[in-house]
Amino acid sequence: MRILTLIRQVLDAEESVRVESGAVALGSSKLVMDTMDEYGVEEALRLKEGGAEAEVVAVAVGPARMQDALRTALAMGADRAIHVETDVVLDAIALSKVVAAIAKEEAADLIFSGGQQADWDSHALGAAVAERLGWPQATWTSALELAGTTLTGKHDVDEGSESFSVDLPAVVTTQQGLNEPRYPTLPGIMKAKKKEMRKETLERFGVAPLLIVKGAEIQVKARLGKILDGKKDAQAAAAELVGLLRNEARVIA
Amino acid sequence: MILIVAEMSGGKLSKSTLEMVAAARQIGRAGDVTALVLGSGVAAVAAEVAKYVDQVLVGDMPALAQYGPEVWAAAVAQIAREGEATAILIGGSRSGREYSPRVAVKLDAPLLEDVIAVKDSGGVLTASHYTFLARVTETVETSAKVVVVTVKPGAFAPAAPLASVAEQFDVDLALPESRLKVTGKTTEKSDRVSLTEADIVVSGGRGVGSAEGFETMIVPLADRLGAAVGATRAIVDAGWRPYAEQVGQTGKTVQPKVYIAVGISGAVQHLSGMNKSKVIVAINKDAEAPIFKVADYGIVGDVKVVVPAILDELKK
Repeated sequence: MRILTLIRQVLDAEESVRVESGAVALGSSKLVMDTMDEYGVEEALRLKEGGAEAEVVAVAVGPARMQDALRTALAMGADRAIHVETDVVLDAIALSKVVAAIAKEEAADLIFSGGQQADWDSHALGAAVAERLGWPQATWTSALELAGTTLTGKHDVDEGSESFSVDLPAVVTTQQGLNEPRYPTLPGIMKAKKKEMRKETLERFGVAPLLIVKGAEIQVKARLGKILDGKKDAQAAAAELVGLLRNEARVIA
Repeated sequence: MILIVAEMSGGKLSKSTLEMVAAARQIGRAGDVTALVLGSGVAAVAAEVAKYVDQVLVGDMPALAQYGPEVWAAAVAQIAREGEATAILIGGSRSGREYSPRVAVKLDAPLLEDVIAVKDSGGVLTASHYTFLARVTETVETSAKVVVVTVKPGAFAPAAPLASVAEQFDVDLALPESRLKVTGKTTEKSDRVSLTEADIVVSGGRGVGSAEGFETMIVPLADRLGAAVGATRAIVDAGWRPYAEQVGQTGKTVQPKVYIAVGISGAVQHLSGMNKSKVIVAINKDAEAPIFKVADYGIVGDVKVVVPAILDELKK
């Protein structure tokens, strides 16, 4: 079987965000593989190591810098990578067209996608890919097992979680708790340099964005910052805080 | 028409539905605001939502007793096509986020996710949403004739009822079989107000010390305030609290009137789930903790001393 893992490269969560002329400037910031996508790579590798005869293919669509994230996936253990190189920013619904086309060409059986992107905060890619392929989906999956061609696992729903079973082919989106992604080892990093990274152009897929980004701004809500010292006299600080919340903010009774 | 898909919880209409009605009234596209109610035994919900919209379509059938993304997407796309909907509004809940992309693909429409504002001007729809772990507000636009929108919970003030009650119509739906078989359910039941709908949230982090510390400090404070209980990822991972209570990037996003963070340092992933709260209160022993930078009110001190003191004061 063939497993595709979709990779995105995002701003490291510890980095601060800057906006320049109405767009988020990533410039010199530290960029990393999205944690949600790391879960997907790790899970694909686990299925393979668990005995599934599988090829793991890492797929990314985006600018040249994204090959760094693909290299990380290869260093973790993915077999090869496909990079659709473009500076066009695609929304999830447009992007799903590219991914679905690759999945068909590659005769994929299982696709992993991040449960939520850490940059555009989108949840949509996995479900959109599943719809285009006519496949079922398991969203925000926190446990997964494969027996033959049937996946069983656990995933988040509105008011708790569900156990599920679904036959391949399927799309699985990831959630915290699914696994602990491994770090690439030095031999893994050396091997990754020799692994295939196929480059494609976006033009071949004939896909254009459905949404145009008009602007971005960092809105910091002004906070009052009334911080009291409770180290000497906690009771007095507590009394003052309760007074402020009752009479100034008027948020408690 | 402008189609909204009603959300319900425990057999009752959710507040999120009224927020979607508010968004639908603001969107400024022509046509009736129509609510679609899907489920089995949903007459009460249909009657309730009829007070807020121009028309109610009811898909009440046993096949809809169990939610599934493929089933819901098929039902919504069918109704959107038949009614020539120009905007389809879906809740920003887990289920809404899960099936809305399928609806967008079926209708060949763009998907605007988690919007906090949406407005049509001369056929161009502009919407805002948060990106980069809720640190950036991004504005996007599209001239598509049909759009699918998910509405961020808490972003719109719930709509008021209309003067007249809308007429209800039953709909026939052609539904696919759900291929994801549900074999078990864990409902994280709670007698408390739901985390995403609460006016007050009291959350605890590592600083509460232990699972017992959470039970003896956070829970009584929440009880006293009629608040929902929240937790950081660190203490959910440590097994002190259930995942359902997690606030932050990989948990829930909340926007209460007041968010009380106890023993929480304020990692960016946690802040992304609560930084839009109206008032933020922080209690932490470390004056340098990042949580104080986003706090309106706070106390620097030992939570084991400060929280009981606050409980004392609240009794006065």
